[in-house]
Amino acid sequence: MANRINMRDRYKHMTRLGWETSYQPMEKVFPYDRYEGIKVNDWNEWEDPFRMTMDSYWKYQGEKEKKLYAIMDAFSQSNGHLNISDARYVNALKLFLQGVSPLEYQAHRGFARQGRHFTGEGARVACQMQSLDELRHVQTQVHGMSQYNKFFDGFHEFPWWHDRVWYLSVPKSFFDDANSAGPFEFMVAIGFSFEYVLTNLLFVPFMSGAAYNGDMSTVTFGFSAQSDEARHMTLGLQAMQFMLEQHEDNVPIVQRWIDKWLWRGYKVLSLVSAMMDYMLPESPMSWKEAWEMYFEENGGALFNDLARYGITVPSYAEICAKEKDHLSHQVWGILYNHTAAAAMHTWVPDDAKMNWLSEKYPDTFDKYYRPRFEYWRDQEEAGNRYYSQTLPLVCQTCQIPMGFTEIEDPTLVAYRTTEYSGDKYHFCSDPCMKIFTDEPEKFCQAWMPPQQIFQGNCGGEGLPAVLEHYKFNLGADNMDYAGSPDETNWNKWKGLDGAGDGQVKAS
Amino acid sequence: MSKVFLALQDVDEARPIVEAIRKDNPNAEFDHQPAMIRITADQELIIKRETVSNEIGADWDPQDIQLTLISFGGHVDEDDDYFRIFWQD
Ligand SMILES: [Fe+2]
Ligand SMILES: [Fe+2]
Ligand SMILES: [Zn+2]
Repeated sequence: MANRINMRDRYKHMTRLGWETSYQPMEKVFPYDRYEGIKVNDWNEWEDPFRMTMDSYWKYQGEKEKKLYAIMDAFSQSNGHLNISDARYVNALKLFLQGVSPLEYQAHRGFARQGRHFTGEGARVACQMQSLDELRHVQTQVHGMSQYNKFFDGFHEFPWWHDRVWYLSVPKSFFDDANSAGPFEFMVAIGFSFEYVLTNLLFVPFMSGAAYNGDMSTVTFGFSAQSDEARHMTLGLQAMQFMLEQHEDNVPIVQRWIDKWLWRGYKVLSLVSAMMDYMLPESPMSWKEAWEMYFEENGGALFNDLARYGITVPSYAEICAKEKDHLSHQVWGILYNHTAAAAMHTWVPDDAKMNWLSEKYPDTFDKYYRPRFEYWRDQEEAGNRYYSQTLPLVCQTCQIPMGFTEIEDPTLVAYRTTEYSGDKYHFCSDPCMKIFTDEPEKFCQAWMPPQQIFQGNCGGEGLPAVLEHYKFNLGADNMDYAGSPDETNWNKWKGLDGAGDGQVKAS
Repeated sequence: MSKVFLALQDVDEARPIVEAIRKDNPNAEFDHQPAMIRITADQELIIKRETVSNEIGADWDPQDIQLTLISFGGHVDEDDDYFRIFWQD
């Protein structure tokens, strides 16, 4: 070590590359980090705890990529898709590629923008590295999933779907909201709330679920991406602490953003709750357990730590604590009812899964949800599988169909309504309505899928025209798993009973 | 007292790091989950360059944690000789 400068100095020399501009005043060169009301006294107080510099960044990222692609090649050469627990599992990947990978791309763009617009060069360099990471994430995910796209439906038009299909407007609108905010709000939205507080609930259970279901390709790209997330988490926390330490006037602004963005993120993750509890044939952990571990325990520790700035846990944390017993069951119900218009398959959980759910949700599953699933199963067996043919009313803020219930009465769907500028707006919950009333002129412009369909902007009237506009392969991308080409192919490849050609039997 | 946590990939490269954590953090708890190891401790966790280097038999740079780290909860403090996660309260 003797003749090298130490990490702290290296970091200083290799990231503090800015200068005071002289041809134009600084505030004209960096015009966007002032209008949100965040006061900064000294950008030099910004410090990246990872002290990552570009030279080591390239070294580590290059090494990660080499490992990742070696595994992805091995996965496709050995037909790794045949080693997964069951073809139902692949629907979790469809949801991921349609809903999450495009967010990686949005994150790439967002951090590139902040990497230009922050006045402090330490913050700019950290954002630029994250921007490159996020581009790497979307690329490796698309590459990893391309193997599945060769064998399964529901992958082929993911970017088109992300921009149009109703359930994907949930994650899309979340990121559009962040990318159309100012740079500091973006950092609280994505850097802090999503990357620091909520990312564990998305990636960790997802990737451990992939491992548990034999999908080594996804585990590898997931954990490879996640090793970047650790850096992103520190950037988010650093950005937030920086704002809180620079001026006390920043505290209420930051608190309002935390309240807004943790709720927005929580609603997006409700799709993940259904994925964990219902789509994974083998679930390593329930949504409720993940919520307790990663939000209540880790998030609780974080908020204890932030208390010294006067930051408090959002008041709706109690709603989440009660809702964790209901969330995944209600979301799966919504998806099941609307699978005719979704590029993934659904199914009624089998007995083993229902028993697992009873065990994990002793207070609610048998009481409220098992009877519902058993009724649906009876209806299916009687040839009455019901697919909703109408458009759901969706929440103006989170864009999820209104299907969540009142916290005090799980049999009553929650509705909230307000008026703005002569029009009525509907919400799934009090926090979603509060977010709207704080920024009505922004949220009244949201692109709402059902309204857009009714206005004739999505291919025409009625479901068939809309599905054609969506570019679905009807009967292959959508509808039940039972009877799908995915199921037929899987049974054939695995030599299971029920194979389409009837020649092969269980081995 | 708050708990910090660290999640590492369950791969060969992480094993000497896990061993070093065991040696330097007597109160740490280890939870093996599919493809990962989740390590928790009260208030702080430290990974020392010297201990990991001794485990491997070659010099280990704390920045190499980048290659196996999945996630963590706490503040990060990284220097030439250690990588530390802590809460301030
Ligand atoms: Fe990412
Ligand atoms: Fe990220
Ligand atoms: Zn809502």
